[in-house]
Amino acid sequence: MMEGKFVSKEKEVILSVKDLEITFGEGKKKFVAVQDANFDIYKGETFSLVGESGSGKTTIGRAIVGLNETSNGDILFEGKRINGKLTKKEQEDKIRKIQMIFQDPSASLNERATVEYIISEGLYNFNLFKNEEERIAKVEKLIEQVGLLPEHMYRYPHEFSGGQRQRIGIARALIMEPSLVVADEPISALDVSIRAQVLNLLKKSQIEDDVTYFFVAHDLSVVRFISDRIAVIRAGRILELAETEELFMNPLHPYTKALLSAVPIPDPILARKKKLVVYNPNMHDYSKDKPSFEEVKPGHYVYGNALELEGYRAAVKN
Amino acid sequence: MEKKTILKAENISVSFKVRNRELRAIRNVSLELKEQETLAIVGESGSGKSVLTKTFTGMLETNGSITSGTIEYQGKNLAALKKDEEWDGIRGKEIATIFQDPMTSLNPIKTIGSQITEVIIKHQGKSAKEAKRMAIDLMDRTGIPNAEKRYDEYPFQYSGGMRQRIVIAIALACRPKILICDEPTTALDVTIQAQILELIRELQEEYKFTTIFITHDLGVVAAIADKVAVMYAGQIIETGTVEEIFYDPRHPYTWSLLSSLPQLGQKGDELYSVPGTPPSLYKEIKGDAFAPRSAYAMQVDFDNEPPMFQVTETHFAKTWLLDPRAPKAEKPELIQGLHEKLVALTEITELNDGGEVRV
Repeated sequence: MMEGKFVSKEKEVILSVKDLEITFGEGKKKFVAVQDANFDIYKGETFSLVGESGSGKTTIGRAIVGLNETSNGDILFEGKRINGKLTKKEQEDKIRKIQMIFQDPSASLNERATVEYIISEGLYNFNLFKNEEERIAKVEKLIEQVGLLPEHMYRYPHEFSGGQRQRIGIARALIMEPSLVVADEPISALDVSIRAQVLNLLKKSQIEDDVTYFFVAHDLSVVRFISDRIAVIRAGRILELAETEELFMNPLHPYTKALLSAVPIPDPILARKKKLVVYNPNMHDYSKDKPSFEEVKPGHYVYGNALELEGYRAAVKN
Repeated sequence: MEKKTILKAENISVSFKVRNRELRAIRNVSLELKEQETLAIVGESGSGKSVLTKTFTGMLETNGSITSGTIEYQGKNLAALKKDEEWDGIRGKEIATIFQDPMTSLNPIKTIGSQITEVIIKHQGKSAKEAKRMAIDLMDRTGIPNAEKRYDEYPFQYSGGMRQRIVIAIALACRPKILICDEPTTALDVTIQAQILELIRELQEEYKFTTIFITHDLGVVAAIADKVAVMYAGQIIETGTVEEIFYDPRHPYTWSLLSSLPQLGQKGDELYSVPGTPPSLYKEIKGDAFAPRSAYAMQVDFDNEPPMFQVTETHFAKTWLLDPRAPKAEKPELIQGLHEKLVALTEITELNDGGEVRV
């Protein structure tokens, strides 16, 4: 399908999601949360999955780190399958290399543990230190890297502000020296001024430690700034995928257009002129002409039936 | 034509008792609200924006109290009202509030319809039959499809956006003069948020109420506000028309809020971020509360609290930079030509709607 065809040589795929399906419940109660998800993430890039609540974006993120089971398809990490049944060794490898940053920094940290313990928990679990000095040194290095102070080490999460707690969550993930970090809305619980600090921190560690990011987000204005490529998901289905500026400049799927039109513009004149595009999911006639996820321009994929895809191809041609 | 003042708060201070310590959440805030305008109060968490508006409806938590100042509303001083009975006829009826989370504002075990009619019967003294008719009409106007059918459903059968529409319908059932919207769209998805903002604007036109809109999102402010008040550490530090705040901001804190907009970020560069953290409100704040974080701070900022300097008839800012003796300071380059920068960002997407695509 989509992998490889137009990818230049230097882009190395680190994670590949193929025909992924995730369902919850069984029988009559069965609910398909994600269907036919296909995308690749390149090493060193920031890939964002954007959608509204209930779209399945977090479900995919959690499936990558292994917190949700998959019912069909593959998730390949560095070429190896990481969903389904894994040996203990494979499981450990995965946990070490793929880390997650959670949305709510107050709910995701152990309230009864000190910061020093929270950050080194992964080290304990995998015996990643020779002696106490080495462990403390590693924690100290991370504390400094995320912009906290040495005296913060022996405090508890409740003593910190939201932004600081998110830094602890980031330090906890980065100490494992992961290759891939799944960040589930890491800044949406934070204030505007703190957001910038956390985004800058994530960017910095990406450059310094060569980390790849998989961002799950709903705020398109932030996503535009941080991402190399963006996939738009709605009701469990990926509808469009393109490089960031391409997606913002040439949105093709009507849902992407609606989503972009809904992003508030921080400018009174433009905000008043803005027209809201409302997406009607019943506008597609997929009864005979079946839809698929196709590349309509190098690197730009859209979901649609033959007729729609023809229109999209014509639209990007000029 | 000069609009009439509907609510006037003067020198309001609010304190909370927290474990025997005094937290000064609001410090000497004055505010004038004109009829039928939309005032957006912007600030980060802890800046006091919710606390301030809670004083207008007597809804401060029990450990909080107004320690000074007056709130003048229709000849009454709301700051002097103590008992719940005194608030009857004002809270909910004249000044209504919509909160962030629609699920916690609705009763989960009562039908949607009964929750709206209850309010109509109580505040407008209508019969049950009449109230039901009015409730369905309100549901219609707030954009609930099949209102008649959905009248008998429960909150859990509604989506988040639909629930917030119901909360708005309930608030409007008593025809309030002032509607306080406390981050009403923060918990909602962007497409739903845009619809709710549009709805509030339409309803305001129809019902002629005055809106106070609390938010931390400058995009929402630009979409909805006529006037803006920027809060920092329990004070309003700048206030003006929405254009004045976005295009001619004067306070360094407003500058840094605007500079933090992700839209102004350049790929590959760092995003602007405000250094430091807001001051603790348990401690005495000397001078300009933002001074320790401001690149524009002068010695006087650390010693004396600045007064509100007047910029235009509608525009005021609480910074010593506006004192005639202060050296001339210009807003940061990043936010100069803000409008042009955002036009450049949106223009290409706009073209697309016409079916034309530029490559």
